[in-house]
Amino acid sequence: MIHSLFLINCSGDIFLEKHWKSVVSQSVCDYFFEAQEKAADVENVPPVISTPHHYLISIYRDKLFFVSVIQTEVPPLFVIEFLHRVADTFQVGSSNVGDTLPTGQLSNIPWRRAGVKYTNNEAYFDVVEEIDAIIDKSGSTVFAEIQGVIDACIKLSGMPDLSLSFMNPRLLDDVSFHPCIRFKRWESERVLSFIPPDGNFRLISYRVSSQNLVAIPVYVKHNISFKENSSCGRFDITIGPKQNMGKTIEGITVTVHMPKVVLNMNLTPTQGSYTFDPVTKVLTWDVGKITPQKLPSLKGLVNLQSGAPKPEENPSLNIQFKIQQLAISGLKVNRLDMYGEKYKPFKGVKYVTKAGKFQVRT
Amino acid sequence: PTAPMSAAPAYGEDKGGSAGPGEPEYGHDPASGGIFSSDYKRHDDLKEMLDTNKDSLKLEAMKRIVAMIARGKNASDLFPAVVKNVACKNIEVKKLVYVYLVRYAEEQQDLALLSISTFQRGLKDPNQLIRASALRVLSSIRVPIIVPIMMLAIKEAASDMSPYVRKTAAHAIPKLYSLDSDQKDQLIEVIEKLLADKTTLVAGSVVMAFEEVCPERIDLIHKNYRKLCNLLIDVEEWGQVVIISMLTRYARTQFLSPTQNESLLEENPEKAFYGSEEDEAKGAGSEEAAASTLPARKPYVMDPDHRLLLRNTKPLLQSRSAAVVMAVAQLYFHLAPKAEVGVIAKALVRLLRSHSEVQYVVLQNVATMSIKRRGMFEPYLKSFYIRSTDPTQIKILKLEVLTNLANETNIPTVLREFQTYIRSMDKDFVAATIQAIGRCATNIGRVRDTCLNGLVQLLSNRDELVVAESVVVIKKLLQMQPAQHGEIIKHLAKLTDNIQVPMARASILWLIGEYCEHVPRIAPDVLRKMAKSFTAEEDIVKLQIINLAAKLYLTNSKQTKLLTQYVLSLAKYDQNYDIRDRARFTRQLIVPSEQGGALSRHAKKLFLAPKPAPVLESSFKDRDHFQLGSLSHLLNAKATGYQELPDWPEEAPDPSVRNVEEEDLSLIETHVGLLGEYTEVPEWTKCSNREKRKEKEKPFYSDSEGESGPTESADSDPESESESGSKSSSDSGSEESSSESDNEDEDEDEEKGRGSESEQSEEEGEKRKTKKRKKVPEGQGEGSSSDEGSDSSSGSSESEVTSESEEEQVEPAARRRKTPPSSKSAPAAKEISLLDLEDFTAPSVQPVSPPTVVSSSLAADLEGLTLTDSALVPSLLSPVSSVGRQELLHRVAGEGLAVDYAFSRQPFSGDPHMVSVHIYFSNNSDNPIKGLRVGTPKLPAGISIQEFPEIESLAPGESATAVMGINFCDSTQAANFQLCTQNRQFYVSIQPPVGELMAPVFMSENEFKKEQGKLMGMNEITEKLTLPDSCRSDHVVVQKVTATANLGRVPCGTANEYRFAGRTLTSGSLVLLTLDARPAGAAQLTVNSEKMVIGTMLVKDVTQALTQ
Repeated sequence: MIHSLFLINCSGDIFLEKHWKSVVSQSVCDYFFEAQEKAADVENVPPVISTPHHYLISIYRDKLFFVSVIQTEVPPLFVIEFLHRVADTFQVGSSNVGDTLPTGQLSNIPWRRAGVKYTNNEAYFDVVEEIDAIIDKSGSTVFAEIQGVIDACIKLSGMPDLSLSFMNPRLLDDVSFHPCIRFKRWESERVLSFIPPDGNFRLISYRVSSQNLVAIPVYVKHNISFKENSSCGRFDITIGPKQNMGKTIEGITVTVHMPKVVLNMNLTPTQGSYTFDPVTKVLTWDVGKITPQKLPSLKGLVNLQSGAPKPEENPSLNIQFKIQQLAISGLKVNRLDMYGEKYKPFKGVKYVTKAGKFQVRT
Repeated sequence: PTAPMSAAPAYGEDKGGSAGPGEPEYGHDPASGGIFSSDYKRHDDLKEMLDTNKDSLKLEAMKRIVAMIARGKNASDLFPAVVKNVACKNIEVKKLVYVYLVRYAEEQQDLALLSISTFQRGLKDPNQLIRASALRVLSSIRVPIIVPIMMLAIKEAASDMSPYVRKTAAHAIPKLYSLDSDQKDQLIEVIEKLLADKTTLVAGSVVMAFEEVCPERIDLIHKNYRKLCNLLIDVEEWGQVVIISMLTRYARTQFLSPTQNESLLEENPEKAFYGSEEDEAKGAGSEEAAASTLPARKPYVMDPDHRLLLRNTKPLLQSRSAAVVMAVAQLYFHLAPKAEVGVIAKALVRLLRSHSEVQYVVLQNVATMSIKRRGMFEPYLKSFYIRSTDPTQIKILKLEVLTNLANETNIPTVLREFQTYIRSMDKDFVAATIQAIGRCATNIGRVRDTCLNGLVQLLSNRDELVVAESVVVIKKLLQMQPAQHGEIIKHLAKLTDNIQVPMARASILWLIGEYCEHVPRIAPDVLRKMAKSFTAEEDIVKLQIINLAAKLYLTNSKQTKLLTQYVLSLAKYDQNYDIRDRARFTRQLIVPSEQGGALSRHAKKLFLAPKPAPVLESSFKDRDHFQLGSLSHLLNAKATGYQELPDWPEEAPDPSVRNVEEEDLSLIETHVGLLGEYTEVPEWTKCSNREKRKEKEKPFYSDSEGESGPTESADSDPESESESGSKSSSDSGSEESSSESDNEDEDEDEEKGRGSESEQSEEEGEKRKTKKRKKVPEGQGEGSSSDEGSDSSSGSSESEVTSESEEEQVEPAARRRKTPPSSKSAPAAKEISLLDLEDFTAPSVQPVSPPTVVSSSLAADLEGLTLTDSALVPSLLSPVSSVGRQELLHRVAGEGLAVDYAFSRQPFSGDPHMVSVHIYFSNNSDNPIKGLRVGTPKLPAGISIQEFPEIESLAPGESATAVMGINFCDSTQAANFQLCTQNRQFYVSIQPPVGELMAPVFMSENEFKKEQGKLMGMNEITEKLTLPDSCRSDHVVVQKVTATANLGRVPCGTANEYRFAGRTLTSGSLVLLTLDARPAGAAQLTVNSEKMVIGTMLVKDVTQALTQ
């Protein structure tokens, strides 16, 4: 399927290669570089490139390109999925050659090694929900949905068999599972029943459909305008809490890609700090926490290139935030039971809500 | 202890010799810089580290070497130093050596062969992991000569008791196939066998092999179809993708199209929801057609197997793997009834949250699907809304989907969304949006005017690209109803003053020319301006100016005649020949001349014919003739190795081909081996093993039997309300009930299948097998049953020689005879030879105090004096027909010194592992040659030379003979060395035919048969041949065989059967050759040897000798 793999860094050095079949010369990457040049920015390099003798399928992760060489028909997602798994292991393992190689023990369960032993037996679950939203100019929601995951950190000895149940499992509209989960138990009882892998892994990802009204925890008042025939404009945004379920909204950042004609920005934040990069035209405002008594705002002037026409477009605002101890969908874990082992594990569940792709159009 | 010492010099001497090209720079090697950076010293420290006894140093060296490989640096010159560590006991070192071997074996085939025996031993290791890794490496070494070995190893591993090893066997199949496609037939046999395997571990891998080797052999799937469907959910993710894709193709050949029953839904109001406008039009037609043929055909009932596939793949839509979800989605798209396809939309939309590359692929597929089945994605319209942070290529694909999804109802929302996009900073995206608006305007009549007005507004946009794109789209829209849009054309005409984008200018000019009657006053003025700027315009604009001039000339010649002539004259001298041609052509057409008036009379018709409006359609239209999710679909071109998705058959092929007898199911592990003997799965004999295995095979998802009943029905609940959207829940009653009854049937089937697979019957099967096993005739090779050997003593007396567990068993008689484990390094063999002294030929000869010249007859005499009986016999049995003399040095090249050599086939006195080579010198020059001796040899790993004593002087015209010994280490690599005279050096090389690497042994017929019995399976190589007439007498056959190989004849009771035996010189491995000559020249040649490389080559050589 996959013939060869090349790892290429940002400056275009091929620093790692692996060949599963005969050796393919590095020069095949020239086609990739060509496409990269044409694409202008890294995000737009086509993931699949056809060359005279090969097909190149690539991914871009953590400032690295993983370029695979394919010779015959293969589902592109098969390769892309594989490359991402490779990239995942690169993230986990730090050095290129570890001190010990994995032993590759064969266990009865492909995802769990045999003979796991811990002195402290613990099972932690993080319910992480992200709100994807598009808010239009007037503040109304164009599109919103909740993307959730349950990440697990399981350090249990032996072969524990776990059952995780929810107070309100019907909330989960569309779920994808780690292979360890018994699908039929979920289908029939809405219980997650599984023998977990050892360590950290993603148990499920789910989506809470947009039919259920998604609570939007923040609002943004904005006034961004550019005057005709003048080399300046006004910029004024204020952030406030909306449906925050009584919790503190923290870790707020606002990122704005300003139009090309913007030379500089002279702004005053009421809280936090801001930066503007005149090269990439990216404005970043690190707000911090919202205190309802005094809403954070960022006001000031925008300097434009003199003589250039005023920009037609208004930039959209990308918002990041975090709310601890809250799953915005209302999902609640009911209980965790363990079978198959005798000891009593320590169990914990944590909830957090974040902004996902949260965009305010202006 | 002695081993490394004697090996070291050989490798040390090698250093300079094999240094290849390539940069000397690598890693943190201190030797790479500074004064020692010459090629000669390259990697010396690594070589030293590899030569030590310390595993930690070896490991460190191997890590650095593998890091070099990973960085694409050339490490090929380390091959000899690395390869000898292949037998290293340290598993970490071993693994890295394997990595190295797989990378460089192809480049250094001869050296790589040295490592083969290690893998062969590994293939019989009691540890399944070692067996598997040995097979993996063996099959990854792309050395054509080991193809037969790989083939045997794969066959053997395919019946291994460990599913992990069987899986590895499946992986090895495509590798062997790519190395030698002639093996296809044999490989198909293995695939067929592995397809019958019941374990989830093997299923994915064997289907992958099937797809690469014989995707056309769909018949192999029949019997395994239901099993594959049932195993699917427990197969690992990669396997699932491959199996699902293959089953999609299978289903297309075996079942009837489920859309046949679409007519049942005809009255259903849902219909409009699912079909797009065109679809409906088409659909209606085909329904009529279907209706006309329907009466003849019985009403469509879905084959239960078809339903089984749909039902068992559906849960996988919830896989975490995007590839699996896509695979199921395409299966549903290609195989499911229209009403059921909807379930895939939700899962595909979920993937849009994934990495951008995944989005890219998924969106391409959604784009294709949304043309055919718009309805299923409509509820998710907003999920395709575009964010400013999306990469452009994603934006454009989402736009494509949004455009496909736009219909009468949602078009206002879509257009409002498009309006936001037009203000984006990403101009490529804006251009695509304008085109999308154009497509919406064409497709949805109601909004055509709105769109047109919107586009006209864009004409005053500040961005020229936006304007240009708008002009192009407006032009296309106007062509649909030009009469009403004189104003817009006027507006466009004014734009020619400002807009510079060539494509836009050309579009405007074309519009004015085409509809000049709507703008009679402006058109000539535009032409006037254009004539002025003609020379400065782009080519594409110039062509349209000519076009405009011609059209105006034809309609309004009074005002434009001079202008036209002016333009044509300018064009006549243009630099571009297209433009010159066009000008000439146009002039001839429109200006009437004396000679050819015929065409110009029709000029108006030619230029101003009504033209069909362009169709604005998606580039994804009809892309679904490629299997979705495939590379070919993505590229919209057939990729190498793409398997067409067949059309549904008219008549369903016989469904009973998929019936499997229950017995078969439980007995899957028992079978007659491919080689004709019983290759048993011995693990059943061991209790603990069996338990382990059962655990392993227990599917994970389908918990306990008790539970599966109810969940099954929950699963088959047809498209529960929550899934296919509230609207489709009221499916027509008939459909509902029919599918329900289907389900019931299937449940029954399911029950049966389940019963047969239940543990109880499995156990019975096992018992049956154990019984059967006992019947296996003793002495039939037991395959790789090393495990069995160690726990059931009953069958162990006949077990193979090389199995390591075997060595522990003390069986003195067998032990004495036992050949030592084949080893590539001479010292190791030597060590063993001390134990087995008596087995070897004439080791007791003390080095004869060197006679300056040993004549061959003298050597024979000497031999006679010191013979032990084992050495005596061969000389009696094998005619000492030393292979003819071969040239070592031509007299011209040797400046008068001519040297020949011959393999004397006499034991080399001093070292029994050496091949004795006679060297014949003759001096053809006028001067005496002095000081003839061997210079520093540069030998490949393991090969060593015993030099002949120096010949002090050779007078002109005189000849002399000398004997030297070469230990070829059981390989056919050439020994390269220098012949030195007092003042000259000549490089020479001796390469032995494989037949010279052995010495005859005497054995009785019974002994022969016994030994042969131990060397079955992988160690047996067979070849069929036809003996020519000239080669049918006993004498000739024996003569030819013994001339080719230094083997001794073994007496034989049967006529027309010839047996020969020998041992390889270095390792003392037995080589047994049998020739079974039948009447009429047909013959079968068999070689049994644990040295499979030698065996293979010997078969080749002997066959050649016999058939010549």
